[in-house]
Amino acid sequence: MQKRFVTIWFRYLKTDWLCRRHPELLHLPLVLTAQDHGRMIITAVNPPAQLQGIGVGMVLADARVIVPSLKYFYDIPGLPQKLLRSIAKWCMRFSPIAAIDEPDGIIIDATGCTHLWSGEASYVNSIVKRLKQFGYNVNSAIADTAGKAWAIAHFGNRETIIHNEGELNTFISLPVAALRLEVESIARLNKLGLRQIQDILSMPRSVLRRRFGNHLLMRLDQAMGRQEEVIQPVQPIEPYCERLTCLEPIVTATGIEIALKKLLEVLCERLKHEGKGIRKLSFKGYRVDGNIQAIDIGTNRASSNAHHLFKLFEIKISSIEPALGIELFTLEAFKVEDLDSTQEKFWDKACGLANPELVKLLDRVSNKIGVDSIHRFLPAEHHWPERSVKIAASLNENATTQWRTDLQRPIYLLQNPEPIWATALIPDYPPMLFRYQNKLHKVKKADGPERIEREWWIDEGQHRDYYAVEDEEGKRYWLFRSGHYSENYQWFIHGYFA
Amino acid sequence: MLAQKADIILQLQKEILQLQGFRNKASDDFIRPVLGSIDSSFPNGIFPLATIHEFLTQSSEDIAATSGFVSCLLSSLMSKGGVSVWIGSSQEIFPVALKFFNVEPDKIIFINTKKQKELLWLIEETLKCEGLAAVVGEVKEISFTASRRLQLAVEQSRVTGFLIRNYSRNINTNACTARWKISPDPSIITGDAPGIGFPAWNVELLKIRNGKPGTWQMQWANNKLHANAPIILSPAEQRKTG
Repeated sequence: MQKRFVTIWFRYLKTDWLCRRHPELLHLPLVLTAQDHGRMIITAVNPPAQLQGIGVGMVLADARVIVPSLKYFYDIPGLPQKLLRSIAKWCMRFSPIAAIDEPDGIIIDATGCTHLWSGEASYVNSIVKRLKQFGYNVNSAIADTAGKAWAIAHFGNRETIIHNEGELNTFISLPVAALRLEVESIARLNKLGLRQIQDILSMPRSVLRRRFGNHLLMRLDQAMGRQEEVIQPVQPIEPYCERLTCLEPIVTATGIEIALKKLLEVLCERLKHEGKGIRKLSFKGYRVDGNIQAIDIGTNRASSNAHHLFKLFEIKISSIEPALGIELFTLEAFKVEDLDSTQEKFWDKACGLANPELVKLLDRVSNKIGVDSIHRFLPAEHHWPERSVKIAASLNENATTQWRTDLQRPIYLLQNPEPIWATALIPDYPPMLFRYQNKLHKVKKADGPERIEREWWIDEGQHRDYYAVEDEEGKRYWLFRSGHYSENYQWFIHGYFA
Repeated sequence: MLAQKADIILQLQKEILQLQGFRNKASDDFIRPVLGSIDSSFPNGIFPLATIHEFLTQSSEDIAATSGFVSCLLSSLMSKGGVSVWIGSSQEIFPVALKFFNVEPDKIIFINTKKQKELLWLIEETLKCEGLAAVVGEVKEISFTASRRLQLAVEQSRVTGFLIRNYSRNINTNACTARWKISPDPSIITGDAPGIGFPAWNVELLKIRNGKPGTWQMQWANNKLHANAPIILSPAEQRKTG
């Protein structure tokens, strides 16, 4: 299939964006400025300001002499990239491959897309019309290479659609700057009297290479279609992605559910065929007003069960705001893993951690209240109580060491030890009595001390001497003294024994 | 004649129990807890599974004792490699200590959420999950309707639920089969040995459907529950439940 590319050139990207945010500025002369060597230099101008002779690179003070009513704003660094990225994402409704063309353009690979808009003319027109509605001044062109489209968008005379016959003539009569060259090369070409592309097209390649380097030849070849130009889409194409365009914008939850079910069925069918299962999935709705509504789910084990995946999404559907309606749905699998069917059968019987029902339950829980609310603990080789357990990374992770049972540990451990007041008869003896939450406990039986040192390679501080004590009512506590008895010390309660 | 009648009544009672959903045989995957002298209070003399047991606590010490007792129950339920889920508002159970009660700490999945509403949703969803050995849920209050929902869930899935009601102010009627209160007891030491003995509890069975409530002093030692000097309640102290 013949390749077709659309380039869009945003002539006044930054000022258009500003006017979009402040519509009252639309017809006023407006500039963006940035500090440079103690002066304010103009970095962007809008059409009314340009008409009055203000250009990029002027000092702000000079410009204000020309137009006293000039409005000026500070330039935001990195703004064009951010804007282009979001516009390119928006453009993905026209083609899945949309790329940023620094500093002020977008390239769309429209191969095989235009017939959906019944022809190239209406395809390009609809893009331009929508962008103009947003308030952007754009020039665009469609051609068989990105280079040609770029040249025509920037230097062509308002002609947007270039067909095979006409395009070469139009292209070769453009200035050499249309080849996307460096400023020095353009200046040198102009100095030599080579002003149009047709002037250099007939020159021997070796001469051009010797005088202007490989870059000029590469750009020329790219524009002429002799060399493939690689464009970097804003969103890398996901191999597992399904799209569903809607005839009418969808506004109801039922409509969204139907769309989701349809997409899931297609995707799961394909995954089953390839023996794969989903770990991370994103469901997106492209709204009429340009906003993108997305819900994501993750699973604990690869799954290609459409019903289960739908259940996971179901909890979140209510968070989608359709507003005026959603015109396009996409379902994208970010993480896909191999599905082992023999294991799947084995799991059906299992009642342990591999229980499929349990996995489904945990999927539902993690999607509703967050994956960090679920913990499974494994022993860690630390004596310090807070570090003696670690959180297992997955359901399959096994303990590498044994759980210790030689030392007494309380079943109820306070998350933070709380200070108490305690007295001991003899240093390093268990406390005789202690007061906690305004209640005095007389210790009847005690065990200890068990000294636990801090691990100096992790943190610094005082060691702890732990005592297990039982009061006169038979309640058992885990107390510790932080530090030596002779120095600064403090008693704490850290837990309750069963 | 009288003995014959008693036999018939016993037979009829057993049939009624079966109709009410009490099963003598548990699933092959789980081993029913054996609680020694307490067992005689249960219908048919066996620990009721696939129902909801409620535990009342009023202090942190009670919570620790109750968690210990529940872990004893889990130890037999999970002894064949089963998995339990422990749901609470914050992580206060120290997994290392579970090993003392013969429970594999890495076979328990802890789920924590601060929101009371989500807690009940979580407990219900988890109880619906077939193949779990048990579900432990820590909630403060539960309405009659909510407890009915939980009971209906376990009747389908045959999972046993333990509800630990921490600092509950309003002890209302609900659909739970049993209501327990576990509080710590002074540990028993033989002779004048130093230190603290095995975990000891005062186990009160306040309510049990089709059974007899009672109070026992129990001790956990050598991976088994031991009774020390059971107290038999007078019939006047027994309360009718249902």
